[in-house]
Parts: sequence; C-alpha cells; structure tokens
Amino acid sequence: MRAFSYERASTTEAAAKAAATKEGAKFIAGGTNLLDLMKLEIETPTHLIDVNELGLDQIEPTPEGGLRIGALVRNTDLAADERIRRDYQLLSRALLAGASGQLRNRATTAGNLLQRTRCPYFYDTNQPCNKRQPGSGCAALAGFSRQLAVVGVSDACIANHPSDMAVAMRALDAVVETVQPDGTPRSVPIADLHRLPGDTPHIEHVLERGELITAVVLPKPVGGKQIYRKVRDRASYAFALVSVGAVIQPDGTGRVAVGGIAPKPWRDEAADGELPNGAKAVTAKLLTDARPTEQNAFKLTLVERTLSAVLAEARG
Amino acid sequence: MQSPGALEISRRDLLVASAATVTVASASSLGHAQTNPPAASQSTTVGFTVNGERRELRLDNRTTLLDALREHLHLTGTKKGCDHGQCGACTVLIDGRRVNACLTLAVMHEGDTITTIEGVGQPGNLHPMQAAFVNHDGFQCGYCTPGQICSSIAMLEEIAANIPSHVTSDLTAPAEITAAEIRERMSGNICRCGAYSNIVEAITEVAGRKA
Repeated sequence: MRAFSYERASTTEAAAKAAATKEGAKFIAGGTNLLDLMKLEIETPTHLIDVNELGLDQIEPTPEGGLRIGALVRNTDLAADERIRRDYQLLSRALLAGASGQLRNRATTAGNLLQRTRCPYFYDTNQPCNKRQPGSGCAALAGFSRQLAVVGVSDACIANHPSDMAVAMRALDAVVETVQPDGTPRSVPIADLHRLPGDTPHIEHVLERGELITAVVLPKPVGGKQIYRKVRDRASYAFALVSVGAVIQPDGTGRVAVGGIAPKPWRDEAADGELPNGAKAVTAKLLTDARPTEQNAFKLTLVERTLSAVLAEARG
Repeated sequence: MQSPGALEISRRDLLVASAATVTVASASSLGHAQTNPPAASQSTTVGFTVNGERRELRLDNRTTLLDALREHLHLTGTKKGCDHGQCGACTVLIDGRRVNACLTLAVMHEGDTITTIEGVGQPGNLHPMQAAFVNHDGFQCGYCTPGQICSSIAMLEEIAANIPSHVTSDLTAPAEITAAEIRERMSGNICRCGAYSNIVEAITEVAGRKA
C-alpha cells in the first residue's frame, strides 16, 4: 500500500472542500472496497478523508412519503430497517443477497453505489486495463469474460457493476443527494449516476472531484410484489452472473432492473412497458443493443429465464 | 573418506554462519525501523479499548486493524488469511459487531471497543462457543477458528436483534435459528479443512442453550 496522510472530517462541507483542494484525496467510509484496492495499489490516494463521523447514518421519512437514507447507513442496518422490510422489500432482499455478514456491517449505502468492478483484469495489475490505466487496452475482450457485461459495453471496456443494492435502487427510482465542494447540494437520479464506459471507462460516475454523497432518497412506496432473484456460481457470498430486481403490480405492470450484465444497474423504461407481455418481450427490449462475448452470451438467455422465474413467483 | 571430526567442524561452521545471518537480519530490520519511521503527516495517534484494556498507539496510517492487533499489540489469536476480506479469518468484534479486521484501518477506530478471540475467553474460562467448537470438533487445523468463533457469537446476536438474512423467508416475521440460516450467515468464514458440518453443530448447540 502506498503511504497517505489521513484526516477525520467533522462536517460534510469541510470534507467536500478538503477533497476538492487536496490532489489525490479520497473519502473513506466502510473502506471494504477501497482498502482492498489500495493493498493492490490499484487505488493510490495520497490523502484519505474519513467521513465516518459525519452523522449521515440515519434513515428518516421525507415529506413526500418516502425515506431519506443517510450515506453512511451500513448495509446491515438498511436491510434490517422495519420500514425498508415492509415497504421496500426489494432493497432489503438485494442487500442481503450481497457480500457477507462482516462486510455488510461495514459497507455503506454511498460506498456500495461507488464500489468498483470486480473484472479480473482490473484487479490483475500485470494486464492491460483501460479502466485502471487509461489507454493501455482491454485484456477482458479476448480473455476470461464469463462474468462480465453484455450490454452498455464498448471496445474499451466490458466490466460490469458488481452491486446488488444499486439494482434495487434503480428499480425503486432512488435519487442520490450530494454536496459539492462549494457547499451547494444537488440531486442526481440513480439512472444518471453511473456512466457507460465509451472510450473513457476510468470515469465511472457523474460526481465531480470532491463531491460527497450525503443521502439516497427513496420515493414513496410503490407496493406490488417485490422480488430480487440472483443467479451466481455459489449459493452465498458470490457476485451475480445475472440478477433481476422487479416490482410487479397485480395487473401485471411494473418495473424491472437487471444486475451483473452491464456497467450500471440496467433498466429501460420501454422494457418495463412490456412486462404484461412476458419475459421474452421484456428481455428483447432490455438487451436490444447487447454485444456479448462468446463466453458470456449465455447471459442473454439467463436474463430471460431469471425474469421468467421472477414473473412466475409474482403471479404465484 | 571424510573423518567424523571434519563433519563436526563443518556442522559447527554452519551453525556459526546461520547465527551470523540471524544477527545481520535483526540488525538491519532494527536499522530500517530507526531510519525510516513514517513521516509525521503519514502517521496518526489512535486510542481504543481492546479486550477491556485502553490502548493508545501511534501508527503508520496504512496499518490495518488486523496488523495493529497482531504486530503492535501482539494479540496473535486473530489470524491473517487472505488479507482481502474474502476468508473471514480476521473477524473481530467492534462495538459488538463482527467485521473483517483486514479491511479497516486502525486509525479509523478512535474510541471504539474491540474484542478479539483472547477477549472472548481463555483456557480454563472458555466462552460457551469456544467450548462447543471443542466438543463438536468444529475445526481441523484451527487457523480459521478464532474468526469462526467471533463471527458465530456476533451472528447469533444478529439473529436475536431480528436482522434478516438472504434465506429468511418472511422479512416481516422474526428471524429464526435454523441450520440454513446459520450456513447462510456464516458464509463469510471459509474453512479450508471443511469442518463446516461440525461448526454448524457447535453453533446450533450454543443457540439452543440461549433460546
């Protein structure tokens, strides 16, 4: 690990300002992903701003009837919250499908959204990777790509976003609240938070340098049957090959987001419109622009079948 | 043909040479520590309570909680397995919750209360979970065991606090203690020897006693 200086921030504004003014600074919250990457010298911050004492660890009702989830609410606490379990079961289920008990006790809501890909070539510093070292090439395209993305990809990068939680947040139309380095707050719909790789896969989200996530806001509950189904190589503690998060209403309408297949949680409102017509119709819309490799083309079929199982469970 | 005496001499030479090597190695590591302390801006003072005792350390910021416990406080019961949060061997309790000590910096724990396996119980005064692991042969090599025990103690507390899991069928009903629940909730602790079935039995016994 490279050496770095360290400070404990006491206000969000001070934290954002410090991060914007200090070259090479990064925020650290749970640290479960950042420290892993720092040990491998994939992340090499020269200064860490510890945001754990900022008090952003509450879940509060909003005037609109939704919930504001503090950026530092741990995954365990979010999944266990009574209101989440009652009104946003999809979110609870997605959180509980991810990582291990130990990791969920540390990992935060904001950190989960900003965690980085587990593409093996991003992790292997002996291999070219445009995300880790812009312009060096992509070893995954002709490599071991079974786990990687099939849609939203580019010639520069086929890495997928690893989060389960983000898939539920996307289906629930969550909004990310931030504070910018000049102290101004802003709201970013989750749909707009993550960027597709294009020819700059190292730029993964729309946040500016120093901009700090303070909360994630859920709109008022949408009801329906809420199901998160994750398909993976092990029954527990493994990343998704494909995951489907869906909210299905009694009349068959609803919304669906898919994980494991794209650089961001994948949802297309036009595909939602096909839900009453079944899994095949939805999948055709969702994966119109898919560009799978030979090794991960199975995911196209797996999305349809996983969604089909979800729809059957919703009817059940 | 070599005489036994010649062999003796060469063996003695070898021992002398090894001793010299050891001396050189320790001198050089001492020298390293003296000449290359972390820059002031790259070290931080942190105070926390470990197993009931207040500790204060000045640490290179890079020091993980795991390395602080093992290398600085010499509490070597907590084990380093993968050092990347994948195996669970380093599981300790921070303010009663289980975490991977390898994936958190020691300097991030100002004021926290940390319990390691040494604080869970001692020979002659075992925690019920330690005793159950012994009774049920919940290990073979024992390397993952401190992490398994810390994890399982906190895991039962999580069930008692009604925290659900991936296999909990009804999110609005109280969490239950079943073998399926225990297996799912312990998936962050890998046992390379494969003592899982006995680990589940040990945990089940303690859970039954509590209930």
